[in-house]
Amino acid sequence: MLGLNQKDTKFLLIVVALTLLTPFLTQPFAESSGLAQFNAGYPDLMQRFAIYGIFAIGFNILFGLTGYLSFGHAAFLGVGSYSAVWMMKLLTTNVIPGIILAIVVSGLFALLIGYVSLRRSGIYFSILTLALAQMSFNLAYSVLTPITNGETGLQLTLNDPRILGVTATPDGSIPATHLFGLEMKSSAQWEVFGHLFTFNVGYYFCAVMAIIAFYLSLRIFRSPFGMMLRAVKTNQTRMSYTGLNARPYTLAAFVISGMYAGLAGGLLASMDPLAGAERMQWTASGEVVIMTILGGAGTLMGPVLGAGFIKYFENIFSKINDGVLHGWFAFLPDGLEDFVVFLIHPFVGKGWHLTLGLLFMLVVTFLPGGLMEGGNRISRWYKNRRNKGTDTDEGTPHAPKSTPHVAE
Amino acid sequence: MSNSKLTRRGLLKTSAVAGAGLAVPTIFTASSASAFTNEPTGSTVTLGFNVPQTGAYADEGADELRAYELAVEHLNGGGDGGMLNTFSSKVLEGNGILGKKVEFVTGDTQTKSDAARASAKSMIEKDGAIMITGGSSSGVAIAVQGLCQEAGVIFMAGLTHSNDTTGKDKKANGFRHFFNAYMSAAALAPVLEKLYGSDRKAYHLTADYTWGWTQEESIAAATEAMGWETVNKVRTPLASTDFSSYISPVLNSGADVLVLNHYGGNMVNSLTNAVQFGLREKQVNGKNFEIVVPLYSRLMAKGAGANVKGILGSTNWHWSLQDDASKAFVQSFGTKYGFPPSQAAHTVYCQTLLYADAAARAGSFNPCAIAEALEGFEFDGLGNGPTLYRADDHQCFKDVLVVRGKENPENEFDLLEVVEVTPAAQVTYAPDHPMFAGGALGNCNPGA
Repeated sequence: MLGLNQKDTKFLLIVVALTLLTPFLTQPFAESSGLAQFNAGYPDLMQRFAIYGIFAIGFNILFGLTGYLSFGHAAFLGVGSYSAVWMMKLLTTNVIPGIILAIVVSGLFALLIGYVSLRRSGIYFSILTLALAQMSFNLAYSVLTPITNGETGLQLTLNDPRILGVTATPDGSIPATHLFGLEMKSSAQWEVFGHLFTFNVGYYFCAVMAIIAFYLSLRIFRSPFGMMLRAVKTNQTRMSYTGLNARPYTLAAFVISGMYAGLAGGLLASMDPLAGAERMQWTASGEVVIMTILGGAGTLMGPVLGAGFIKYFENIFSKINDGVLHGWFAFLPDGLEDFVVFLIHPFVGKGWHLTLGLLFMLVVTFLPGGLMEGGNRISRWYKNRRNKGTDTDEGTPHAPKSTPHVAE
Repeated sequence: MSNSKLTRRGLLKTSAVAGAGLAVPTIFTASSASAFTNEPTGSTVTLGFNVPQTGAYADEGADELRAYELAVEHLNGGGDGGMLNTFSSKVLEGNGILGKKVEFVTGDTQTKSDAARASAKSMIEKDGAIMITGGSSSGVAIAVQGLCQEAGVIFMAGLTHSNDTTGKDKKANGFRHFFNAYMSAAALAPVLEKLYGSDRKAYHLTADYTWGWTQEESIAAATEAMGWETVNKVRTPLASTDFSSYISPVLNSGADVLVLNHYGGNMVNSLTNAVQFGLREKQVNGKNFEIVVPLYSRLMAKGAGANVKGILGSTNWHWSLQDDASKAFVQSFGTKYGFPPSQAAHTVYCQTLLYADAAARAGSFNPCAIAEALEGFEFDGLGNGPTLYRADDHQCFKDVLVVRGKENPENEFDLLEVVEVTPAAQVTYAPDHPMFAGGALGNCNPGA
């Protein structure tokens, strides 16, 4: 189906199902239970899962396939956001023109930056992208304030022209972002057995975009072009000795992944029409690198998992404050309760970075292939157990095995 | 690239599943048709406290959080009641708001508009917060105020001093108790003229964002009106921690006054740098070199230590004020935490009480009803004397304190002395003042 073999079709269908069922999967606990704190099924976070998933998928096309580590990818995300918000200020709050402009502008921007920085490889390439991205951040933050509104961030106002849309709704407020009248922020809620499930238009829009993005990346991975990109990663010298020029391939990969980042930025702006310069800061660029490595660079599903993982930590763990902790451990005697809270305190709330850092270290040390490798190991172990006795040849655990380039 | 060989049955099955998945969101329509966003239905009401816990303004954020917790305690009838006892409006009875127990959730704005909006969104969408309050940076406050307007909840601004918050970026759902840059300038200028004369050359170092810009504009306008000359205005990034490279040009500029439009950690560092460079001992144009910090707080004075001695600035409130309300607040804050509150703590405490009071007077949590109750509300007994919540721009008008770093502090909290209390009338401006023009409140948005 859709030019995929049977295995990939199945894979794609699983991804589609997972994406569409996210509102259920992220909301496993009943509202009244103490664990409701860990529910993640509210529109903003689900949208972020999908959007940063797209961002990481795009980054993985560059990093996972060609091995070029770009440390400035957030610049494209930011450029995409700014373009989309400007479109909503000038043209209409329909999200389509904004997203198209975001993809185009960030693609052009990636062409420019890629043309300059792809002259070098390895660490020099990383430093060049980092420098250029940080430069864009500083431009957006102060020099280009008339365009970007500096630190406050670019917002819609009641005075924007919006030639094709309306400047203000009849009740005097800024029109909401919409897809041909379907408002991004509108949601339907379904309450069943104490569970509250939210189905948000914005999320499903992002989810459809994410599925398309995932499908395209699947096709790229399986195409001769993808093979060329892998050749660049495996041995660029040998590739050029066989008479192939790697530059056009790497540049194409760079632009494509820049456009993915632009799409993500445009979607962020469509869900919440504000573009802040922090989106372009080097920490944001580092975040997508961590997402990809955490999930598994070079795998299809890994970056999406990594993105979900990090966004979950950022939004859920960071909200556990001392009050919540005291609530959990209220059953303990007073002194012990304070002690336990004191022990856990540095790892939650504003210390969520610490927990994430520890987990990242553990994953990189014990699962160099990221979360996907963890998943693969478990499934292999499970298969081995089932096949025990019938098939003794399968996998001695000590034998080094090459990790597959592409997760199945 | 081989095409897949799906069987007819397999295709039917998978597409049925996918179709069902797609159809799910359309089958169920909104189950509860509430009148406004996050209408509280149970026995509790949730407020969202969105403050910087990391970044340049983390100290202010931590103090705000303490004040919020104190306010919630007082609203729920705990503690000694604090300023509830001195507040001129007496509808709050210490049984929560409208009989519902007050609960709260907290979030970290990281002093970044993006992160602040994400955090506020999660409070509104996940935790069902009916009101968002906080912010220790005007950029963040403006961003979150915009979000609350769209989401249909009330935003009670915390420490935000930019003219734009209730000027060109004002919103119908947003309210500010704190004073603003214009008021600082209006209060400071006469004192500056009295102490430093009317023939001075000023050099501005300005935090590069909305608050810095408007404060720079306000101070420059007010000082130029009394005869000062503005030599240069230099913008510094909010994230800077070392200002030495910005200070050395000041020495050669011929300026004899340095205006630091910095706040929080920024101001602590820039003032320390300036003092290290010996600016205060210098003589320029035959006059002593002076430093002015238009927006002052005790936390900053504490951070900058001995460097603040003799330096003038303005503040919204100071714990050493001797009216009953201030004394009551300092008393209950001090009992709970062991030290006096900062102006940031004071303004957010007031905002929480004002919100609760407005809800109680309106008899509803509907943002529009609350906005109506707050608009034009005149009150007293919250530490600033008689105060008006102006309906035109949702800004509070009250007395402004001009303060100076104390030469001989008696203890570690006694760092500022009040030089003058500028009456509200002197800092009041027309709603269409050019520095505040260009925006519109719009209509209040109750959301859902």
